[in-house]
Amino acid sequence: MDKTTKSKLKEIVGNNNFFDSNEDKLSYSFDATPIYQQLPEAIIFPGNDGEISQIVKLANTEKFNIVPRGAGTGLSGGSIPVENSIALVMTKWDKILEVDSANFTATVQPGVITGRLQNEVEKSGLFYPPDPGSSSVCTIGGNVANNAGGLRGLKYGVTKNYVMGVEMVLPNGDLLKTGGKNVKDVAGYNLRDFIVGSEGTLGIITKVILKLIPKPKCSSTIIAFFDKMIDCSNAISGIINSFITPAMLEFLDSTTLNCVEDYAKLGLPKNSEAVLLLELDGREEEVREDSEIIKKIFSDNRASIIKTANTILESSNLKAARRSAFSALARVKPTTILEDATVPRAEFPVLIEKVKQAAKDNNLIFANFGHAGDGNLHPTCLTDERDTSEIDRAHKAFEFIFNEAIKLGGTITGEHGTGLTKKDFLENVAGIPGVEMMKKIKSVIDENNIFNPGKIFSNTPRCEGALPFNKNQIKPFSG
Amino acid sequence: MDRQRENLSVLISDDLLSQCIHCGICLSVCPTYDITKLERSSPRGRIRLIKAFANSEKLLGELFEEEMSFCLGCRACETACPAGVQYNTLHQTVKDIINKRKKFSIQKIALKYFLNKVLTSSTKLKSFSKMLSHYQKSWLRKFLHSTDLLKNISPKLFLMDELSPQISNAASDELIDEISLPENEQKYNVAFHVGCIMNVAFADINIDTIEVLKKSGCKIRTPKNQNCCGALHAHNGELDTAKKLAKSNIDLFESFEYEYLISNSAGCGAFMKEYKELLKDEKGYSEKAKLFSAKVKDVMEFLTGNSVKLNYKSYNDCVTYHDACHHVHGQGIFDQPRKIIKEIKDINYKELNESTRCCGSAGIYNILRHEDSMEFLDRKMKNVLYTKADLLLTGNPGCLLQLRYGIKKSSSPIKARHIVSFINELSDNSKV
Repeated sequence: MDKTTKSKLKEIVGNNNFFDSNEDKLSYSFDATPIYQQLPEAIIFPGNDGEISQIVKLANTEKFNIVPRGAGTGLSGGSIPVENSIALVMTKWDKILEVDSANFTATVQPGVITGRLQNEVEKSGLFYPPDPGSSSVCTIGGNVANNAGGLRGLKYGVTKNYVMGVEMVLPNGDLLKTGGKNVKDVAGYNLRDFIVGSEGTLGIITKVILKLIPKPKCSSTIIAFFDKMIDCSNAISGIINSFITPAMLEFLDSTTLNCVEDYAKLGLPKNSEAVLLLELDGREEEVREDSEIIKKIFSDNRASIIKTANTILESSNLKAARRSAFSALARVKPTTILEDATVPRAEFPVLIEKVKQAAKDNNLIFANFGHAGDGNLHPTCLTDERDTSEIDRAHKAFEFIFNEAIKLGGTITGEHGTGLTKKDFLENVAGIPGVEMMKKIKSVIDENNIFNPGKIFSNTPRCEGALPFNKNQIKPFSG
Repeated sequence: MDRQRENLSVLISDDLLSQCIHCGICLSVCPTYDITKLERSSPRGRIRLIKAFANSEKLLGELFEEEMSFCLGCRACETACPAGVQYNTLHQTVKDIINKRKKFSIQKIALKYFLNKVLTSSTKLKSFSKMLSHYQKSWLRKFLHSTDLLKNISPKLFLMDELSPQISNAASDELIDEISLPENEQKYNVAFHVGCIMNVAFADINIDTIEVLKKSGCKIRTPKNQNCCGALHAHNGELDTAKKLAKSNIDLFESFEYEYLISNSAGCGAFMKEYKELLKDEKGYSEKAKLFSAKVKDVMEFLTGNSVKLNYKSYNDCVTYHDACHHVHGQGIFDQPRKIIKEIKDINYKELNESTRCCGSAGIYNILRHEDSMEFLDRKMKNVLYTKADLLLTGNPGCLLQLRYGIKKSSSPIKARHIVSFINELSDNSKV
């Protein structure tokens, strides 16, 4: 990017919102995805829709790329800069514009932190269920762009089930407004749902209207420990067959349990092979009756310990510990490659076995945890990016896991998005016609391919290894 | 250049750096990221920069040094980090490296002199504080302040004057007997670390601590000529001096028998617990440091850990508590003060919002980076005033000074006290 372009960008957003020092470039060269990194040309904090629109128009004429970014907690590389790109950071757009308790909606800017929104609407007796593991940091904009899931997917669905309206600056600089507060709305194509999960490739989200629901009156958190994996799998099937839908049904294997306990120090017994963390919510009688049935299912399947959280604090500690699982696993080895292969819920225990096989065949350490209720597993390879041969084996293992998941009728990603890390596998699950259609749509909306190019499906070379610091080191960008 | 690169990567452990998986959980608790909203002011951003610095420091310039000094060292990120990244170790190492290379400036020489010459010797610190004490009580200070003369001559000096502790009439180790006996039956045999600043500026809190320990059944050994623990040095890039001080403290206390070494200052307690890390490669000291660190206990930790029950009078005013970073993040002390406070008869305790967020005191950060420090203090004070409490307690002298400054600025009627002084006043020894 040349100096004139940079000064034009500075003119648009002001000197205080434009950063291009090496320090800034380095600290925006990554997100939560392991291994991948790339330096942006500049980091920009836009102030309003108009500024974004001007930046987008400039990108079209000056031919640079735009990578939208929220808190940078994504796990598929969605917000990692690409060649010749600016990072367009939306974290300062952090206002909750309205909580409408008559219509059960919240209108928010994209930089609002998910956890803060949850706390805020709960003050009005309302509830925003999508609950990604990183909810204390991640932003609504990123959640919508990746159709984030989380711990409550089984009963309450994922982000797309709560997006009612979106405003977005399109790749030509126009502002698109789609959807609204209407429960029913069939005017034309459903653009809103199409934007959800588009991973910043179709424009930049500037406002979101979210659906809220009444907060469940009562909830109960139960944790069960199993000495044998098979008992845990049977318990999962038992719960599914009982027709009870828990708000949360989380599985952790022994490796994950140990790391989580090392961090959270809750006094959980470390010697179990598998743990299920379950939450029921609803009316008081309903929760009470269901929890009796669940506890019976656990004890029928030889759970060694079954505990109910007595206080809200106890329950939130347990859930917080589960949320820390991904990062806590770095206690074993410094690089944790966490994927989100997902299968129809009944196949969940089969997928766990496949992961174990992949680990054994490739001589790797894998930890498993995930959302047992909705079939979304997080096979996590514990490795060290400095050991290149081990990383190669890890890629092989994941290829096997993804293919097995697809064979089981599943998918390569349940909630993280395709981004950089899984685009090689997209065709296996979406099919050639599917991927072709995506590419066509993208090329029509984003003619010059300026929005997050190379994410989801294009075939740019992977950006791995040392960061280039001068022009000669940068490979020309080939779309 | 190559040799230098090699040196850096030896000094900055690659294993410690790799531990960070940049998940971003730390962003939610970092006070400096909260202000700038820039990744370079966040723990994971700084770790990324340190990584680059260790590999090829040519890439980085003044901004890097600025970020390292902007960091409060509050360690909130360590509490939040599920992966257990030792951010503080990395940060201190880098500050030390930067400091050793820095060009000279008057500020640096003055600070270096204070840290390395005054704070390292208890006699020098005492004479320095006598001078300061005379000044603080003198007509000169009154004159300088009432006429705003000092503010006009040097704003920085004025701030130092405002924020420096009111020096006590006598140093606490001159007032505390070398051996204090318990009021009743002896249950514990402890030693007491007087601290450097605590000793000259907070003699009353030290004396209150001794009183509380006496009521708790402790025989207390308070050796004369104790040294500063070295925490201030380590935080300001003087690791060598910090190590020297650590060794001299280990040598001094080695000659006594005691179960616990009690501290009433969060920074000192946290740092003395880290001697085992600091001296792990020092010949002849690695084992001794382990033993020494294992015995260090904050006074609150001692009280709750041994279920000491004091006989409290009733107290009706509303009380709140601020957690010092080096208690909650440095030593994991959070439940203890609450437990102690709730034992007081009829207590009306109100939890402080964001009680574990740094108040901006951070050693001598509030003097070195005053403006930044005031941003953190303003947020803290907003939360404090929101509680409408009558009394704000904390367990650390640095925070106490900063909070009192904040209270003065906001002209609020709330009082700030060290928790030990508070419980000493409220506990009735005669019946224990």
